Amino acid sequence: MARPVQYNIYGQTDVKLVKEGPEGYAGEGFFTTSLDKVVGLARKNSIWPLPFATSCCGIEFMATMASHYDLSRFGSERVGFSPRQCDLMMVMGTIAKKMAPVVRQVYLQMAEPRRVMAVGACASSGGIFDTYSVLQGIDQVIPVDVYVPGCPPRPEAIIDGFMRVQELVHNESLRRRTSDKYKDLMNAYGIQ
Amino acid sequence: MLTNESIQQKLTEKFGDQVTGFTESFGMMSFEAPKDLNLKVLQFLYDDEELQFRFLSDLQAVHYPDQIGRELAVVYHLHNLVSNVRLRFKVFTNIQTPDVFSATALFSSANWMERETYDFFGVNFVGHPNLKRILNVDEMDYFPMRKEFPLEDQTRIDKDDEMFGRGGTF
Ligand code: SF4
Repeated sequence: MARPVQYNIYGQTDVKLVKEGPEGYAGEGFFTTSLDKVVGLARKNSIWPLPFATSCCGIEFMATMASHYDLSRFGSERVGFSPRQCDLMMVMGTIAKKMAPVVRQVYLQMAEPRRVMAVGACASSGGIFDTYSVLQGIDQVIPVDVYVPGCPPRPEAIIDGFMRVQELVHNESLRRRTSDKYKDLMNAYGIQ
Repeated sequence: MLTNESIQQKLTEKFGDQVTGFTESFGMMSFEAPKDLNLKVLQFLYDDEELQFRFLSDLQAVHYPDQIGRELAVVYHLHNLVSNVRLRFKVFTNIQTPDVFSATALFSSANWMERETYDFFGVNFVGHPNLKRILNVDEMDYFPMRKEFPLEDQTRIDKDDEMFGRGGTF
């Protein structure tokens, strides 16, 4: 079967090269919409990831960051290595129980709104390391927003997970982080 | 020339029938002694002009649950760097009072290795300056390499045994 050619035919198919903006009222030279949507849009396209790479999955992340897969296309050019600057903690790799307090500490150092992505089977559930020394999923110590399955996940999968984070950021209500539900979640992890 | 036979001969001359169980595998000799004698034997191997076993390359334990009264073996791997000869020396202890004299005074490198052995097997090294866990989390309340503890994490809640090829219908 011939592969459908879908580029450079903007207007003729359902493929849109330029995404539509949010709902709002547009006129000559101005556009109005709700603050939520503007903030969501801004945040969504400048997520600074904090790589927390402890083992093999980290290598896949390096590929994801490099030119071939290029995570920068999604507004994440800037990978930060100080948790205080970053929005998204990407935990990639096996987390030993001795490492768990460190993961937590790094999470606590991040400013709100902060998000966590568990990349790979190890970070999500302990993976193949079902043993006394390995944490059985980082969600035992910190709340996780997106899980990416795979051992290791391909860069495409990591990007897919990243786009899901973008979706969450885009649609988050500005009040979510002050809501009781969110506070309960934090309290469940013993985080103030 | 330092051979396994001459080492055995020297040890028997010095310690008589206290040193036993001489075996050889892949050219490396191993023997055992009562646990109270461990420092005397190590010191002799260290000091003797000919033996010169002055390098402790490894130290660990083995758990034999079936050998009642001598469940835990502490194994010293010694190396003579001059003649390039290696030696394995074991002492056995029961698991109720796993007290073995610490070799830290003789070999500084024994410090961390004894902590590791304590961490995983619970061997209590008498005279060790800082006997606490080194690799596992401090809160751990058992010795994970002893055979009665399963390898799998017992705190897991989300894993279905059947998916992991054990228990269930297998
Ligand atoms: S999930 Fe697999 S690839 Fe990733 S860190 Fe664990 S073992 Fe390595």
